[in-house]
Amino acid sequence: MAELARLRPYRAVLASRARAQRAYRTSFAVDMVSSMLVGIVELAEVWVLFTNVTSLGGMRFNQILLVFGMADIAFALADLSFGHLDNLPTFLRAGTLDAFYLRPQPILLQLICSDISLRRLGRAAVGGAALGIGLAASGVRWNLTTATLLPLALLSGYATFAALFVWAGGLQFFLLDGAEMTNAFVYGGRYAATQPASVWSRPLKVTFGFFFPMAVTAYLPAVTMLGLPGSDWLPAWLGWCAPAFAAWAWLMGLLCWRWGVRHYQGGGG
Amino acid sequence: MSQNEGVAIIEAHGLTREFRVRDGRRKRLLTAVDGLTVRIEQGAAVGYIGANGAGKSTTIKMLTGILVPTAGSVLTCGLRPVPDRRRLARQVGVVFGQRSQLWWDLPVRESFRILAAIHALTPAQEASRTAELVEQLELGGFLSVPVRQLSLGQRMRAEVAAALLHSPRLVILDEPTIGLDVLSKQRLREFLVGERRTHGTTLLLTTHDMGDVERLCDRILVIDHGRLAYDGDLQGLTRTVGAERVLVVDLAEPVPDLTGLDDTRHLSSEAGGLRHRLAFDAEQTTAAKVLAAVAAQAQVLDLTVEEPDIEDVVRRIYAENR
Repeated sequence: MAELARLRPYRAVLASRARAQRAYRTSFAVDMVSSMLVGIVELAEVWVLFTNVTSLGGMRFNQILLVFGMADIAFALADLSFGHLDNLPTFLRAGTLDAFYLRPQPILLQLICSDISLRRLGRAAVGGAALGIGLAASGVRWNLTTATLLPLALLSGYATFAALFVWAGGLQFFLLDGAEMTNAFVYGGRYAATQPASVWSRPLKVTFGFFFPMAVTAYLPAVTMLGLPGSDWLPAWLGWCAPAFAAWAWLMGLLCWRWGVRHYQGGGG
Repeated sequence: MSQNEGVAIIEAHGLTREFRVRDGRRKRLLTAVDGLTVRIEQGAAVGYIGANGAGKSTTIKMLTGILVPTAGSVLTCGLRPVPDRRRLARQVGVVFGQRSQLWWDLPVRESFRILAAIHALTPAQEASRTAELVEQLELGGFLSVPVRQLSLGQRMRAEVAAALLHSPRLVILDEPTIGLDVLSKQRLREFLVGERRTHGTTLLLTTHDMGDVERLCDRILVIDHGRLAYDGDLQGLTRTVGAERVLVVDLAEPVPDLTGLDDTRHLSSEAGGLRHRLAFDAEQTTAAKVLAAVAAQAQVLDLTVEEPDIEDVVRRIYAENR
Protein backbone atom coordinates (compact mmCIF):
# COMPACT_ATOMS: atom_id res chain seq x y z
CA MET A 1 0.00 0.00 0.00
CA ALA A 2 2.78 2.42 0.95
CA GLU A 3 4.63 1.35 -2.18
CA LEU A 4 1.58 2.10 -4.26
CA ALA A 5 1.24 5.55 -2.71
CA ARG A 6 4.84 6.24 -3.58
CA LEU A 7 4.01 5.73 -7.25
CA ARG A 8 1.19 8.26 -7.15
CA PRO A 9 3.26 11.27 -8.30
CA TYR A 10 4.57 9.40 -11.33
CA ARG A 11 1.16 8.04 -12.25
CA ALA A 12 -0.36 11.51 -11.99
CA VAL A 13 2.18 13.02 -14.38
CA LEU A 14 2.07 10.16 -16.88
CA ALA A 15 -1.71 10.01 -16.96
CA SER A 16 -1.91 13.73 -17.64
CA ARG A 17 0.73 13.50 -20.38
CA ALA A 18 -1.18 10.69 -22.05
CA ARG A 19 -4.44 12.62 -21.80
CA ALA A 20 -2.84 15.75 -23.23
CA GLN A 21 -1.59 13.82 -26.27
CA ARG A 22 -4.90 12.20 -26.96
CA ALA A 23 -6.77 15.48 -26.53
CA TYR A 24 -5.80 16.60 -30.02
CA ARG A 25 -7.02 13.62 -31.96
CA THR A 26 -6.02 14.66 -35.46
CA SER A 27 -2.54 15.68 -34.44
CA PHE A 28 -2.15 12.46 -32.50
CA ALA A 29 -3.33 10.37 -35.45
CA VAL A 30 -0.90 12.15 -37.79
CA ASP A 31 1.97 11.60 -35.35
CA MET A 32 1.06 7.97 -34.98
CA VAL A 33 0.89 7.40 -38.74
CA SER A 34 4.17 9.18 -39.42
CA SER A 35 5.88 7.15 -36.71
CA MET A 36 4.47 4.04 -38.35
CA LEU A 37 5.75 5.21 -41.75
CA VAL A 38 9.27 5.60 -40.39
CA GLY A 39 9.10 2.01 -39.20
CA ILE A 40 7.79 0.83 -42.56
CA VAL A 41 10.53 2.67 -44.48
CA GLU A 42 13.16 1.01 -42.32
CA LEU A 43 11.57 -2.35 -42.87
CA ALA A 44 11.43 -1.67 -46.63
CA GLU A 45 15.15 -1.01 -46.56
CA VAL A 46 15.74 -4.57 -45.37
CA TRP A 47 13.30 -5.92 -47.96
CA VAL A 48 15.05 -4.02 -50.79
CA LEU A 49 18.35 -5.48 -49.69
CA PHE A 50 16.90 -8.97 -49.92
CA THR A 51 15.58 -8.48 -53.44
CA ASN A 52 19.27 -8.57 -54.41
CA VAL A 53 20.60 -11.26 -52.11
CA THR A 54 18.98 -14.41 -50.79
CA SER A 55 20.94 -14.61 -47.61
CA LEU A 56 22.85 -12.15 -45.43
CA GLY A 57 25.20 -13.27 -42.70
CA GLY A 58 23.76 -16.74 -42.89
CA MET A 59 20.15 -15.57 -42.53
CA ARG A 60 17.24 -15.55 -44.97
CA PHE A 61 14.74 -12.68 -45.27
CA ASN A 62 12.16 -14.32 -42.98
CA GLN A 63 14.82 -14.87 -40.36
CA ILE A 64 16.03 -11.26 -40.61
CA LEU A 65 12.39 -10.24 -40.13
CA LEU A 66 12.52 -11.97 -36.76
CA VAL A 67 15.67 -10.04 -35.78
CA PHE A 68 14.24 -6.79 -37.10
CA GLY A 69 10.92 -7.31 -35.32
CA MET A 70 12.47 -8.17 -31.96
CA ALA A 71 14.85 -5.22 -32.08
CA ASP A 72 12.31 -2.74 -33.37
CA ILE A 73 9.52 -3.51 -30.94
CA ALA A 74 11.92 -3.36 -27.99
CA PHE A 75 13.42 -0.11 -29.24
CA ALA A 76 10.07 1.52 -29.99
CA LEU A 77 8.78 0.74 -26.50
CA ALA A 78 12.00 2.01 -24.90
CA ASP A 79 11.75 5.15 -27.03
CA LEU A 80 8.13 5.56 -25.95
CA SER A 81 9.00 5.51 -22.26
CA PHE A 82 12.60 6.82 -22.16
CA GLY A 83 13.16 8.67 -25.46
CA HIS A 84 12.34 12.09 -24.00
CA LEU A 85 15.57 11.93 -21.97
CA ASP A 86 16.94 13.36 -25.23
CA ASN A 87 15.27 16.62 -24.22
CA LEU A 88 17.66 17.09 -21.33
CA PRO A 89 19.77 19.73 -23.14
CA THR A 90 16.61 21.81 -23.61
CA PHE A 91 15.91 21.59 -19.88
CA LEU A 92 19.52 22.46 -19.11
CA ARG A 93 19.59 25.47 -21.39
CA ALA A 94 16.24 26.81 -20.20
CA GLY A 95 17.14 26.15 -16.56
CA THR A 96 13.97 24.12 -16.08
CA LEU A 97 15.85 21.13 -14.72
CA ASP A 98 16.00 23.03 -11.43
CA ALA A 99 12.26 22.53 -11.01
CA PHE A 100 12.90 18.78 -10.71
CA TYR A 101 15.32 19.41 -7.85
CA LEU A 102 12.55 21.14 -5.93
CA ARG A 103 10.34 18.06 -5.85
CA PRO A 104 10.76 15.26 -3.35
CA GLN A 105 11.54 12.46 -5.84
CA PRO A 106 14.74 11.19 -7.45
CA ILE A 107 15.67 13.33 -10.46
CA LEU A 108 16.12 10.50 -12.97
CA LEU A 109 12.85 8.84 -12.04
CA GLN A 110 11.04 12.18 -12.35
CA LEU A 111 12.56 12.78 -15.77
CA ILE A 112 11.69 9.32 -17.03
CA CYS A 113 8.12 9.74 -15.84
CA SER A 114 7.88 13.33 -17.07
CA ASP A 115 6.57 12.28 -20.45
CA ILE A 116 5.43 9.37 -22.58
CA SER A 117 5.42 9.43 -26.37
CA LEU A 118 2.36 7.43 -27.27
CA ARG A 119 2.91 8.05 -30.99
CA ARG A 120 5.77 5.56 -30.83
CA LEU A 121 3.11 2.91 -30.60
CA GLY A 122 2.93 3.27 -34.40
CA ARG A 123 6.55 2.23 -34.66
CA ALA A 124 6.03 -0.59 -32.17
CA ALA A 125 3.15 -1.86 -34.30
CA VAL A 126 5.45 -2.20 -37.32
CA GLY A 127 7.99 -4.01 -35.17
CA GLY A 128 5.25 -6.24 -33.81
CA ALA A 129 4.02 -7.10 -37.32
CA ALA A 130 7.56 -7.93 -38.47
CA LEU A 131 8.05 -10.05 -35.37
CA GLY A 132 4.77 -11.90 -35.98
CA ILE A 133 5.61 -12.69 -39.59
CA GLY A 134 9.16 -13.58 -38.64
CA LEU A 135 7.99 -16.00 -35.94
CA ALA A 136 5.53 -17.64 -38.30
CA ALA A 137 7.73 -17.89 -41.38
CA SER A 138 11.32 -18.23 -40.23
CA GLY A 139 11.13 -21.80 -39.03
CA VAL A 140 11.31 -21.23 -35.28
CA ARG A 141 10.87 -24.58 -33.56
CA TRP A 142 8.42 -24.04 -30.76
CA ASN A 143 9.46 -25.64 -27.50
CA LEU A 144 10.07 -24.60 -23.91
CA THR A 145 13.43 -23.09 -24.86
CA THR A 146 12.09 -20.73 -27.51
CA ALA A 147 8.99 -19.93 -25.45
CA THR A 148 11.28 -18.88 -22.56
CA LEU A 149 13.88 -17.11 -24.63
CA LEU A 150 11.52 -14.89 -26.63
CA PRO A 151 9.98 -12.95 -23.70
CA LEU A 152 13.33 -12.92 -21.90
CA ALA A 153 15.02 -11.42 -24.96
CA LEU A 154 12.26 -8.86 -25.56
CA LEU A 155 12.36 -7.69 -21.94
CA SER A 156 16.15 -7.55 -21.89
CA GLY A 157 16.17 -5.73 -25.23
CA TYR A 158 13.71 -3.17 -23.90
CA ALA A 159 15.85 -2.71 -20.79
CA THR A 160 19.05 -2.40 -22.82
CA PHE A 161 17.64 0.27 -25.14
CA ALA A 162 16.16 2.12 -22.15
CA ALA A 163 19.58 2.06 -20.48
CA LEU A 164 21.07 3.50 -23.66
CA PHE A 165 18.79 6.53 -23.33
CA VAL A 166 19.86 6.99 -19.70
CA TRP A 167 23.49 6.59 -20.72
CA ALA A 168 23.07 9.24 -23.43
CA GLY A 169 21.20 11.48 -20.98
CA GLY A 170 24.05 11.36 -18.48
CA LEU A 171 26.49 12.44 -21.18
CA GLN A 172 24.24 15.36 -22.15
CA PHE A 173 25.21 17.11 -18.91
CA PHE A 174 28.70 17.50 -20.36
CA LEU A 175 27.93 17.91 -24.04
CA LEU A 176 25.18 20.51 -24.10
CA ASP A 177 25.13 20.15 -27.86
CA GLY A 178 26.04 16.50 -27.76
CA ALA A 179 22.78 15.07 -29.05
CA GLU A 180 24.52 14.41 -32.38
CA MET A 181 27.14 12.32 -30.67
CA THR A 182 24.82 10.38 -28.41
CA ASN A 183 22.34 9.84 -31.24
CA ALA A 184 25.14 8.08 -33.05
CA PHE A 185 25.16 5.31 -30.51
CA VAL A 186 21.48 5.36 -29.57
CA TYR A 187 20.02 5.35 -33.08
CA GLY A 188 23.11 3.76 -34.59
CA GLY A 189 22.68 1.11 -31.93
CA ARG A 190 19.07 0.55 -32.89
CA TYR A 191 20.12 0.17 -36.51
CA ALA A 192 22.87 -2.25 -35.56
CA ALA A 193 20.42 -4.26 -33.48
CA THR A 194 18.24 -4.97 -36.53
CA GLN A 195 21.22 -6.39 -38.46
CA PRO A 196 22.66 -9.87 -38.51
CA ALA A 197 25.74 -9.26 -36.37
CA SER A 198 27.58 -12.04 -38.19
CA VAL A 199 28.43 -9.63 -41.03
CA TRP A 200 30.18 -7.17 -38.70
CA SER A 201 33.90 -6.62 -38.57
CA ARG A 202 35.64 -7.37 -35.28
CA PRO A 203 35.82 -3.74 -34.07
CA LEU A 204 32.08 -3.49 -34.72
CA LYS A 205 31.48 -6.71 -32.84
CA VAL A 206 33.35 -5.32 -29.84
CA THR A 207 31.47 -2.02 -30.01
CA PHE A 208 27.92 -3.15 -30.74
CA GLY A 209 28.25 -6.75 -29.57
CA PHE A 210 29.64 -6.07 -26.13
CA PHE A 211 30.19 -2.42 -25.17
CA PHE A 212 26.77 -1.28 -26.39
CA PRO A 213 25.29 -4.79 -26.36
CA MET A 214 23.08 -4.46 -29.42
CA ALA A 215 23.70 -7.90 -30.90
CA VAL A 216 22.28 -9.41 -27.72
CA THR A 217 18.95 -7.61 -27.98
CA ALA A 218 17.74 -9.48 -31.07
CA TYR A 219 20.31 -11.18 -33.26
CA LEU A 220 21.73 -13.63 -30.74
CA PRO A 221 18.42 -14.70 -29.20
CA ALA A 222 17.02 -15.11 -32.74
CA VAL A 223 19.96 -17.26 -33.73
CA THR A 224 19.39 -19.45 -30.68
CA MET A 225 15.66 -19.74 -31.41
CA LEU A 226 16.37 -20.67 -35.03
CA GLY A 227 18.99 -23.23 -34.08
CA LEU A 228 21.66 -21.42 -36.13
CA PRO A 229 25.31 -21.61 -35.09
CA GLY A 230 25.99 -17.94 -34.36
CA SER A 231 29.26 -16.48 -35.54
CA ASP A 232 32.87 -15.79 -34.76
CA TRP A 233 33.09 -14.03 -31.33
CA LEU A 234 29.32 -14.15 -31.00
CA PRO A 235 28.31 -17.75 -30.23
CA ALA A 236 24.59 -18.53 -30.15
CA TRP A 237 24.52 -19.33 -26.41
CA LEU A 238 25.30 -15.66 -25.66
CA GLY A 239 21.63 -15.07 -26.50
CA TRP A 240 20.82 -16.47 -23.05
CA CYS A 241 23.00 -13.79 -21.47
CA ALA A 242 20.70 -10.98 -22.65
CA PRO A 243 19.64 -10.09 -19.06
CA ALA A 244 23.30 -9.86 -18.00
CA PHE A 245 24.03 -7.51 -20.89
CA ALA A 246 20.98 -5.43 -20.00
CA ALA A 247 22.32 -5.18 -16.44
CA TRP A 248 25.69 -4.07 -17.82
CA ALA A 249 24.01 -1.39 -19.94
CA TRP A 250 22.09 -0.14 -16.90
CA LEU A 251 25.23 -0.11 -14.81
CA MET A 252 26.98 2.05 -17.38
CA GLY A 253 23.88 4.18 -17.89
CA LEU A 254 23.47 4.88 -14.19
CA LEU A 255 27.18 5.56 -13.71
CA CYS A 256 27.09 8.07 -16.55
CA TRP A 257 23.95 9.62 -15.14
CA ARG A 258 25.45 9.95 -11.67
CA TRP A 259 28.57 11.44 -13.15
CA GLY A 260 26.47 13.91 -15.15
CA VAL A 261 24.39 15.00 -12.17
CA ARG A 262 27.53 15.50 -10.07
CA HIS A 263 28.93 17.62 -12.86
CA TYR A 264 25.74 19.69 -13.00
CA GLN A 265 25.75 20.30 -9.26
CA GLY A 266 29.44 20.95 -9.37
CA GLY A 267 30.32 18.49 -6.62
CA GLY A 268 33.46 17.21 -8.26
CA GLY A 269 33.53 14.63 -10.99
CA MET B 1 4.88 33.44 15.73
CA SER B 2 6.59 34.47 18.94
CA GLN B 3 7.37 30.88 19.92
CA ASN B 4 9.41 30.62 16.70
CA GLU B 5 11.60 33.54 17.65
CA GLY B 6 15.19 32.52 17.42
CA VAL B 7 14.66 29.33 15.43
CA ALA B 8 16.98 29.47 12.45
CA ILE B 9 15.52 28.42 9.10
CA ILE B 10 18.65 29.26 7.11
CA GLU B 11 22.09 29.07 8.63
CA ALA B 12 25.05 29.60 6.31
CA HIS B 13 28.67 29.65 7.39
CA GLY B 14 31.35 30.78 4.97
CA LEU B 15 29.19 29.58 2.09
CA THR B 16 31.28 29.76 -1.07
CA ARG B 17 30.76 28.74 -4.65
CA GLU B 18 33.33 28.95 -7.40
CA PHE B 19 32.81 28.29 -11.09
CA ARG B 20 35.43 27.44 -13.63
CA VAL B 21 34.72 29.63 -16.60
CA ARG B 22 36.41 29.78 -19.94
CA ASP B 23 38.02 33.11 -20.65
CA GLY B 24 39.15 32.76 -24.22
CA ARG B 25 41.47 29.78 -24.05
CA ARG B 26 42.35 30.05 -20.39
CA LYS B 27 40.23 28.71 -17.62
CA ARG B 28 39.53 31.15 -14.87
CA LEU B 29 38.04 30.72 -11.43
CA LEU B 30 34.99 32.87 -10.80
CA THR B 31 33.78 33.21 -7.22
CA ALA B 32 30.02 33.68 -7.42
CA VAL B 33 29.39 33.49 -3.68
CA ASP B 34 32.27 34.32 -1.37
CA GLY B 35 32.17 33.29 2.29
CA LEU B 36 28.54 34.13 2.93
CA THR B 37 27.68 33.86 6.63
CA VAL B 38 24.08 34.61 7.45
CA ARG B 39 21.35 33.39 9.76
CA ILE B 40 17.68 33.85 8.94
CA GLU B 41 15.09 33.19 11.60
CA GLN B 42 11.82 31.45 11.08
CA GLY B 43 9.00 33.83 10.19
CA ALA B 44 11.30 36.54 8.83
CA ALA B 45 10.77 38.29 5.50
CA VAL B 46 14.11 38.95 3.90
CA GLY B 47 14.90 40.86 0.73
CA TYR B 48 18.02 39.60 -0.98
CA ILE B 49 19.21 42.22 -3.40
CA GLY B 50 22.19 42.86 -5.58
CA ALA B 51 23.15 43.59 -9.16
CA ASN B 52 22.80 40.96 -11.87
CA GLY B 53 25.54 38.42 -11.41
CA ALA B 54 26.13 39.37 -7.78
CA GLY B 55 25.49 35.79 -6.67
CA LYS B 56 21.80 35.78 -5.73
CA SER B 57 20.70 32.84 -7.85
CA THR B 58 23.79 30.83 -6.95
CA THR B 59 22.97 31.32 -3.27
CA ILE B 60 19.38 30.17 -3.81
CA LYS B 61 20.60 27.10 -5.66
CA MET B 62 22.90 26.19 -2.79
CA LEU B 63 20.13 26.74 -0.24
CA THR B 64 17.82 24.35 -2.09
CA GLY B 65 20.30 21.60 -2.94
CA ILE B 66 20.61 22.27 -6.66
CA LEU B 67 24.27 23.27 -6.39
CA VAL B 68 26.98 21.85 -4.15
CA PRO B 69 28.93 24.57 -2.30
CA THR B 70 32.65 24.74 -3.02
CA ALA B 71 33.30 25.56 0.64
CA GLY B 72 31.41 26.39 3.78
CA SER B 73 28.19 24.91 5.02
CA VAL B 74 24.50 25.64 5.05
CA LEU B 75 21.48 24.25 6.85
CA THR B 76 18.07 24.99 5.36
CA CYS B 77 15.12 24.07 7.61
CA GLY B 78 17.71 22.24 9.68
CA LEU B 79 18.62 19.97 6.76
CA ARG B 80 21.72 19.69 4.58
CA PRO B 81 20.37 20.75 1.16
CA VAL B 82 22.25 18.33 -1.09
CA PRO B 83 22.11 15.02 0.79
CA ASP B 84 18.64 15.76 2.25
CA ARG B 85 17.27 17.33 -0.94
CA ARG B 86 14.12 15.23 -1.08
CA ARG B 87 13.15 15.87 2.53
CA LEU B 88 13.95 19.53 2.13
CA ALA B 89 11.74 19.79 -0.97
CA ARG B 90 8.73 19.07 1.24
CA GLN B 91 9.45 22.13 3.37
CA VAL B 92 10.55 24.66 0.78
CA GLY B 93 8.66 26.30 -2.05
CA VAL B 94 10.50 28.19 -4.76
CA VAL B 95 9.07 30.58 -7.32
CA PHE B 96 11.24 31.51 -10.29
CA GLY B 97 9.83 34.65 -11.90
CA GLN B 98 11.25 33.80 -15.30
CA ARG B 99 11.01 30.02 -15.38
CA SER B 100 7.74 28.21 -15.20
CA GLN B 101 7.33 25.15 -13.01
CA LEU B 102 3.87 24.42 -14.36
CA TRP B 103 3.00 22.15 -17.27
CA TRP B 104 2.54 24.54 -20.16
CA ASP B 105 -0.08 22.49 -21.99
CA LEU B 106 -2.19 21.52 -18.96
CA PRO B 107 -4.97 23.47 -17.28
CA VAL B 108 -3.94 25.17 -14.02
CA ARG B 109 -6.22 22.88 -12.02
CA GLU B 110 -4.53 19.79 -13.45
CA SER B 111 -1.07 21.15 -12.62
CA PHE B 112 -2.19 21.61 -9.02
CA ARG B 113 -3.52 18.05 -8.91
CA ILE B 114 -0.20 16.68 -10.11
CA LEU B 115 1.73 18.79 -7.61
CA ALA B 116 -0.53 17.60 -4.82
CA ALA B 117 0.32 14.02 -5.80
CA ILE B 118 4.02 14.89 -6.01
CA HIS B 119 3.94 16.27 -2.49
CA ALA B 120 1.74 13.41 -1.25
CA LEU B 121 -1.02 15.64 0.09
CA THR B 122 -4.06 13.85 1.43
CA PRO B 123 -7.29 14.56 -0.48
CA ALA B 124 -8.51 16.72 2.43
CA GLN B 125 -5.27 18.74 2.56
CA GLU B 126 -5.33 19.12 -1.20
CA ALA B 127 -8.91 20.35 -1.29
CA SER B 128 -8.59 22.87 1.53
CA ARG B 129 -5.22 24.27 0.48
CA THR B 130 -6.24 24.55 -3.19
CA ALA B 131 -9.44 26.33 -2.18
CA GLU B 132 -7.49 28.71 0.05
CA LEU B 133 -4.98 29.60 -2.65
CA VAL B 134 -7.60 29.89 -5.39
CA GLU B 135 -9.55 32.33 -3.27
CA GLN B 136 -6.63 34.45 -2.09
CA LEU B 137 -4.82 34.61 -5.40
CA GLU B 138 -8.09 34.94 -7.34
CA LEU B 139 -7.38 32.03 -9.63
CA GLY B 140 -11.03 30.99 -9.98
CA GLY B 141 -11.49 32.61 -13.37
CA PHE B 142 -8.84 30.60 -15.18
CA LEU B 143 -8.49 27.27 -13.41
CA SER B 144 -9.43 25.31 -16.50
CA VAL B 145 -7.29 27.35 -18.91
CA PRO B 146 -4.02 25.78 -20.12
CA VAL B 147 -0.99 27.53 -18.67
CA ARG B 148 0.31 28.61 -22.07
CA GLN B 149 -2.81 30.75 -22.60
CA LEU B 150 -2.49 32.71 -19.35
CA SER B 151 -1.41 36.34 -19.16
CA LEU B 152 1.84 36.99 -17.31
CA GLY B 153 0.00 38.23 -14.23
CA GLN B 154 -2.25 35.17 -14.15
CA ARG B 155 0.68 32.85 -14.73
CA MET B 156 2.70 34.35 -11.88
CA ARG B 157 -0.21 33.93 -9.49
CA ALA B 158 -0.57 30.31 -10.61
CA GLU B 159 3.19 29.81 -10.16
CA VAL B 160 3.04 31.19 -6.64
CA ALA B 161 0.09 28.97 -5.79
CA ALA B 162 1.92 25.96 -7.23
CA ALA B 163 5.01 26.63 -5.13
CA LEU B 164 2.94 27.12 -1.99
CA LEU B 165 0.52 24.23 -2.46
CA HIS B 166 2.37 21.98 -0.04
CA SER B 167 2.40 24.71 2.64
CA PRO B 168 6.18 25.08 2.81
CA ARG B 169 7.76 26.67 5.89
CA LEU B 170 10.19 28.59 3.71
CA VAL B 171 9.23 30.29 0.47
CA ILE B 172 11.96 31.56 -1.82
CA LEU B 173 10.90 33.93 -4.58
CA ASP B 174 13.31 34.82 -7.36
CA GLU B 175 12.11 38.04 -9.01
CA PRO B 176 8.43 37.31 -8.34
CA THR B 177 7.07 40.64 -9.61
CA ILE B 178 9.23 41.06 -12.70
CA GLY B 179 7.17 42.30 -15.64
CA LEU B 180 3.92 42.60 -13.68
CA ASP B 181 1.71 45.67 -13.83
CA VAL B 182 1.20 47.80 -10.72
CA LEU B 183 -2.07 46.16 -9.73
CA SER B 184 -0.79 42.61 -10.13
CA LYS B 185 2.30 43.47 -8.10
CA GLN B 186 0.14 44.93 -5.38
CA ARG B 187 -2.12 41.86 -5.24
CA LEU B 188 0.81 39.49 -5.09
CA ARG B 189 2.45 41.45 -2.29
CA GLU B 190 -0.79 41.51 -0.32
CA PHE B 191 -1.11 37.77 -0.70
CA LEU B 192 2.44 37.17 0.54
CA VAL B 193 1.90 39.46 3.53
CA GLY B 194 -1.28 37.52 4.36
CA GLU B 195 0.36 34.12 3.89
CA ARG B 196 3.12 35.14 6.26
CA ARG B 197 0.65 36.45 8.83
CA THR B 198 -1.62 33.39 8.84
CA HIS B 199 0.96 30.60 8.45
CA GLY B 200 4.13 32.19 9.81
CA THR B 201 5.84 31.40 6.51
CA THR B 202 9.41 32.60 6.11
CA LEU B 203 9.98 34.63 2.94
CA LEU B 204 13.24 35.13 1.10
CA LEU B 205 12.98 37.12 -2.08
CA THR B 206 15.32 38.51 -4.65
CA THR B 207 14.05 41.53 -6.50
CA HIS B 208 14.92 44.63 -8.45
CA ASP B 209 11.76 46.33 -7.29
CA MET B 210 12.05 48.73 -4.37
CA GLY B 211 8.31 48.39 -3.81
CA ASP B 212 8.69 44.67 -3.06
CA VAL B 213 11.33 45.42 -0.47
CA GLU B 214 9.41 48.29 1.12
CA ARG B 215 6.14 46.45 1.41
CA LEU B 216 7.29 42.93 2.16
CA CYS B 217 10.65 42.81 3.85
CA ASP B 218 11.70 43.58 7.37
CA ARG B 219 15.30 42.70 6.72
CA ILE B 220 17.51 43.35 3.71
CA LEU B 221 20.66 41.62 2.62
CA VAL B 222 22.70 43.26 -0.12
CA ILE B 223 25.18 41.05 -1.91
CA ASP B 224 28.05 42.38 -3.98
CA HIS B 225 30.42 40.10 -5.85
CA GLY B 226 29.35 37.23 -3.68
CA ARG B 227 29.96 39.05 -0.41
CA LEU B 228 27.44 40.42 2.03
CA ALA B 229 27.59 44.20 1.67
CA TYR B 230 24.68 45.15 3.92
CA ASP B 231 22.49 43.41 6.49
CA GLY B 232 19.76 45.41 8.20
CA ASP B 233 16.41 47.09 7.70
CA LEU B 234 15.27 49.42 4.91
CA GLN B 235 15.53 52.65 6.93
CA GLY B 236 19.06 51.74 7.84
CA LEU B 237 19.83 51.03 4.22
CA THR B 238 18.56 54.34 2.89
CA ARG B 239 20.24 56.12 5.80
CA THR B 240 23.52 54.41 5.08
CA VAL B 241 23.54 55.27 1.43
CA GLY B 242 21.59 58.52 1.76
CA ALA B 243 19.35 57.55 -1.12
CA GLU B 244 17.52 60.60 -2.33
CA ARG B 245 14.07 61.02 -3.77
CA VAL B 246 13.72 63.17 -6.86
CA LEU B 247 10.97 65.71 -7.48
CA VAL B 248 10.36 66.46 -11.15
CA VAL B 249 8.36 69.63 -11.84
CA ASP B 250 6.95 70.94 -15.10
CA LEU B 251 6.55 74.71 -15.07
CA ALA B 252 4.35 77.13 -16.99
CA GLU B 253 7.23 79.46 -17.86
CA PRO B 254 10.90 78.65 -18.29
CA VAL B 255 13.03 79.71 -15.32
CA PRO B 256 16.77 79.56 -14.65
CA ASP B 257 18.09 76.50 -12.79
CA LEU B 258 16.32 76.19 -9.43
CA THR B 259 19.45 76.08 -7.30
CA GLY B 260 19.60 77.24 -3.71
CA LEU B 261 16.29 75.79 -2.45
CA ASP B 262 16.54 74.52 1.15
CA ASP B 263 17.64 70.91 1.54
CA THR B 264 17.51 70.19 -2.19
CA ARG B 265 19.99 69.67 -4.91
CA HIS B 266 19.30 70.72 -8.47
CA LEU B 267 20.02 67.80 -10.76
CA SER B 268 19.13 69.08 -14.21
CA SER B 269 16.90 71.29 -16.31
CA GLU B 270 15.22 70.25 -19.49
CA ALA B 271 13.18 71.85 -22.26
CA GLY B 272 14.96 75.17 -21.84
CA GLY B 273 14.06 75.50 -18.15
CA LEU B 274 10.46 74.19 -18.31
CA ARG B 275 11.28 70.97 -16.47
CA HIS B 276 13.54 70.69 -13.43
CA ARG B 277 14.75 67.71 -11.47
CA LEU B 278 15.40 68.28 -7.78
CA ALA B 279 16.89 65.71 -5.44
CA PHE B 280 16.10 65.78 -1.72
CA ASP B 281 16.73 63.61 1.31
CA ALA B 282 13.49 62.28 2.78
CA GLU B 283 15.01 62.44 6.25
CA GLN B 284 15.56 66.18 6.11
CA THR B 285 12.60 67.52 4.21
CA THR B 286 9.39 66.42 2.50
CA ALA B 287 8.14 66.49 -1.08
CA ALA B 288 5.49 69.00 -0.01
CA LYS B 289 8.07 71.45 1.39
CA VAL B 290 10.17 71.24 -1.74
CA LEU B 291 7.11 71.75 -3.90
CA ALA B 292 6.09 74.80 -1.88
CA ALA B 293 9.57 76.26 -2.32
CA VAL B 294 9.34 75.74 -6.08
CA ALA B 295 5.81 77.13 -6.26
CA ALA B 296 7.06 80.33 -4.59
CA GLN B 297 9.29 80.92 -7.62
CA ALA B 298 7.24 79.64 -10.55
CA GLN B 299 3.86 78.23 -11.52
CA VAL B 300 3.90 74.42 -11.33
CA LEU B 301 1.83 72.58 -13.95
CA ASP B 302 2.69 69.00 -13.18
CA LEU B 303 4.95 66.94 -10.93
CA THR B 304 6.21 63.43 -10.28
CA VAL B 305 8.25 62.01 -7.43
CA GLU B 306 10.86 59.40 -8.30
CA GLU B 307 11.71 56.90 -5.58
CA PRO B 308 15.28 55.76 -5.18
CA ASP B 309 15.55 52.64 -7.30
CA ILE B 310 17.17 49.55 -6.04
CA GLU B 311 19.96 49.67 -8.59
CA ASP B 312 20.84 53.11 -7.32
CA VAL B 313 20.85 51.98 -3.68
CA VAL B 314 22.93 48.96 -4.57
CA ARG B 315 25.37 51.08 -6.58
CA ARG B 316 25.86 53.38 -3.64
CA ILE B 317 26.44 50.49 -1.27
CA TYR B 318 28.94 49.04 -3.71
CA ALA B 319 30.70 52.40 -4.07
CA GLU B 320 30.96 52.77 -0.29
CA ASN B 321 32.47 49.36 0.17
CA ARG B 322 35.25 49.96 -2.31
